[in-house]
Amino acid sequence: MKNSQPSVANYFTRDRAWHPKAYAPGYKSSVLRAPMRSLIAIGNSLSETTGPAFGHDIIGPLDNDLILNFAQPGESAIGERIMVHGRVLDERGQPVPGVLLEFWQANAGGRYRHKKDGYLAPLDPNFGGCGRTVSGDDGSYAFRTIRPGPYPWPNGPNDWRPAHIHISVFGQAFAQRLITQMYFEGDPLIPICPIVRTIDDPAAIEQLTARLDMNGSAPMDALAYRFDIILRGSRSTLFENRLEGN
Amino acid sequence: MTKIANSPDYPFKESPSQTAGPYVHIGLTPNFCGINGVYDADLGSTMVSDATKGERITLELRVIDGGGAPLRDVLVEIWQADANGLYNSAAEWRGTADSAFAGWGRMAADAETGIMKFETIKPGPVPFTDGRMQAPHINVWVVARGINLGLNTRVYFDDEAEANSGDPVLAKIEHRDRIGTLLAKGGDGKYSLDIHLQGPRETVFFDI
Repeated sequence: MKNSQPSVANYFTRDRAWHPKAYAPGYKSSVLRAPMRSLIAIGNSLSETTGPAFGHDIIGPLDNDLILNFAQPGESAIGERIMVHGRVLDERGQPVPGVLLEFWQANAGGRYRHKKDGYLAPLDPNFGGCGRTVSGDDGSYAFRTIRPGPYPWPNGPNDWRPAHIHISVFGQAFAQRLITQMYFEGDPLIPICPIVRTIDDPAAIEQLTARLDMNGSAPMDALAYRFDIILRGSRSTLFENRLEGN
Repeated sequence: MTKIANSPDYPFKESPSQTAGPYVHIGLTPNFCGINGVYDADLGSTMVSDATKGERITLELRVIDGGGAPLRDVLVEIWQADANGLYNSAAEWRGTADSAFAGWGRMAADAETGIMKFETIKPGPVPFTDGRMQAPHINVWVVARGINLGLNTRVYFDDEAEANSGDPVLAKIEHRDRIGTLLAKGGDGKYSLDIHLQGPRETVFFDI
C-alpha cells in the first residue's frame, strides 16, 4: 500500500507532566508570563513537521571553543577547562544529525557578559560566553568551555543558580525546537534551585544533569562531561503511508 | 532495567525544557547584545534578499505579560512557507521552495519598546493534514525569562478573511472570539500583532 504522499512524520505528543509547569510561583518570573488558558492541540501539518536547516558551513573553526572564541590572541578564558559532549537523539534512540546547537553561559565567577547582569564577580576579558556547533552524522556534538560559576539571582531572598549551561537545539522539525539547561553532577545547588524545581519529576532533573566522563577527558588539559539531548520522536502512520523513512 | 515483552520500544523521554532566561541574547543574538566578533552576524536577522520571490511585508510583534507590560527580554522565532506555500526544509515533499528564502527568522525584543520587527514575505497557503488548505500563516515560537517551555502560536492576517474562515486550525478554536488574538492587523505590507501571555485577550497557544 502506497500513497502518492510520502510518509509524513507525526511527532510524539509532548509530555507536559515531564516538562516544567508553565505557572510555577516558586519561580517568580513565571507568574505573569504563564498562559492560563488551555493549549489547543492541532496535530502536525507541514507547518510543524518542517523546520529550518543550518549547514556545517556556517560554523567557524572556533565556534565550539568558548575558551578561545572571544579571547585575545595568545590568551584564554579563566576557569576549569571542560569539554561537553554527547549525542542528539530522538525518543526512539535514533541519531538526529545535522542540527544546530547553540550554547551560552556565565563565566567562571558566575557573571554573564550582559548589560543587565550587575553581579559583583568580574567579567573575564577573554570570555564571551557563546558557542555553537552542528551535530554529526551519528548525532554527536562537542564543545570546549570553562565550567561556569554558580551565582545569586533576584527571586527569593537568597536564591542561587547551580552551575549551568544553556543549550538551544533545533531538530528536523519546528515541532522539535527546544531550549534547556545542563547541570553538573554532584552540584548541591541543583535540588534547591527554583528554576530546576519548575520540573516535578526527579528523573527529568536527572536527565538534565551531565555526568563526569573521565575516559573522555584530556589528561593534564580538560575534564569531560557527557550530556545527551533527546528530541521528540516521530512515527509514520502505519497503514496509509510507508513505514520506511521514520 | 528489565525489558518487558510486547512493550513499545521508546528508550528515551524528551529532554525537559528549561527557561531561556534573561540572557538568551548571549547565545542566540550575541551581536545584538554587544558580543561582537564571535559570529559574523546574528542568525535569522535577515530573511529576504533581492532574489526572494513574493510580497514584502513587515511584521511587528510584541509580547505582553499579565500585567500589561511588553516583555523587553523576549526572543521570538518565526517559521513560514515561501510565496508559493512551500517550506524550505528536507521534510517538504511537494516541491522545491524558493532557494532565496529560508523561511526562518529570529529577533530579540527592542530593549526599550519590546518590538520585534520582521522583514519577510507573505507566505502562501499550506495544506492541513487532511489536504484542506490552511490560510496564510506564520508559525511563532516564544521564549523568555519566566517561560519554562517555549510557546507555540501562529500569526494569521486580518485581511485574509475568506481564507481564515476556512482554516482548519482556526476552526479548532472553540471560543470564536479568541481567533482575533491571532490576526495581525494592517495593510500596505505592514502588519502588527501583540501576543498576550495572560488576561482577557490571552493569545491562543497551540500544543503541536
